[in-house]
Amino acid sequence: MTNPLIIQYLPILVFLVIAAAVAGGAVVMSLLVARQNPDSEKVSPYECGFEPFEDARRKFDVRFYLVSILFIIFDLEVAFLFPWAVTLGEIGMFGFWSMIVFLGVLTVGFAYEWKKGALEWE
Amino acid sequence: MASFWSGYVLPLVIIVAEIVLIVGPVMLGVAYLTYAERKVMGAIQMRQGPNLVGPFGLLQPIADGIKLLGKEMIFPAGANPAIFIGAPVMTFLLALVAWAVIPFDAGIVLADINVGVLYLYAISSLGVYGIVMAGWASNSKYAFLGGLRSAAQMVSYEVSIGFVMITVLLCVGSLNLSKIVLAQQTVWFCIPLFPMFIIFFVSALAETNRAPFDLPEGESEIVAGFFVEYSAMAYALFMLAEYGNMILMSAITTILFLGGWLPPFNVVPFIWVPGIIWFAIKIAFILFVFLWVRATVPRYRYDQLMRLGWKVFLPFSLVWVVLTAGVLVGFGWLPKNIG
Repeated sequence: MTNPLIIQYLPILVFLVIAAAVAGGAVVMSLLVARQNPDSEKVSPYECGFEPFEDARRKFDVRFYLVSILFIIFDLEVAFLFPWAVTLGEIGMFGFWSMIVFLGVLTVGFAYEWKKGALEWE
Repeated sequence: MASFWSGYVLPLVIIVAEIVLIVGPVMLGVAYLTYAERKVMGAIQMRQGPNLVGPFGLLQPIADGIKLLGKEMIFPAGANPAIFIGAPVMTFLLALVAWAVIPFDAGIVLADINVGVLYLYAISSLGVYGIVMAGWASNSKYAFLGGLRSAAQMVSYEVSIGFVMITVLLCVGSLNLSKIVLAQQTVWFCIPLFPMFIIFFVSALAETNRAPFDLPEGESEIVAGFFVEYSAMAYALFMLAEYGNMILMSAITTILFLGGWLPPFNVVPFIWVPGIIWFAIKIAFILFVFLWVRATVPRYRYDQLMRLGWKVFLPFSLVWVVLTAGVLVGFGWLPKNIG
């Protein structure tokens, strides 16, 4: 218990265990307390009264995929900005202008996506 | 043996007690947020809201909880049971664990880690997993569509939330949440960064899948979205997590923009009130705005939602990051004490 990192993060680990126990306990309690009496109609997928005529796991719009790719790019950029934002007072003008150049390059890419219609939903 | 007791067991007991002190009020807050939502919506729509169980209907959330506990848990025929049950557990777990770094008052925080903002950002990013798991494992078309929509929506607004956090960090020079609050002693960040405050609040609505961005649930088209197949406590966990996330996002908004536990004016009647009360009042105010928006604003269309996220908020917040950095560097206002 001497490592300061462990002392700082130990409460989070304990919290994680307790939260998992509470959530798991709620589910288990529900399974124990309530009467379980499934039948084939009850466990069929809900589709407003229709018989489901095909599996739900089917093709979906590629735009969802595109959005997640764009998210990865911009989320990485945000992750890159975090240390820069915290240390901007120390790295001075050089640090500031390097990030502006980086953001400029990224903006060009963003403008290209926009022109190509990657952000369109109709 | 004595050193084992004072070195390991006692700190652990203290940590557990602190966690219970956080989880208890948060769960109580969640229960009464559902009640407050029904009462506020009732008042806005000229209805009574719940008023039969207990005085003014105050025992309604407890009655709801007991009722849900007595319900049968249904596992749909085509579902993957492990993922199906893991999704609500994970969603609920993440909604709770984020509270570990929230400072309630000066020094009253469970884990005062130096990367608090990064931790919150990471936890809120993980939130999307629970929903995708639920949407996939249910093997129902409504759940599948709701899960897809929710995933795309949450990741889109995650990006603008990240940029907004960056502008705040530029003004503070630290990722520690207590230091962010203390940096607002002269002026709350909602005044110099007002547009960012608005963007953050709207993104928080989208991030928690609240109206007007409640397309993943969209009861008039895909019934309940990703949790349409859930019942009993698994359903309750999703609802608890949703309302818990609302309170959490309100707390983060308060910390980043409304001065956390600080009183609005540093004069006598205000500084007598304990900081934790101020923190609670500010959270309650933002939660009220959440409910108010739900009762008055119609639901967005999906293309409008994506357009707002990617074509308005993203460029706007990006420009504000550059602008804030430029102003701070240009005038030499950058915080020097790096922590």
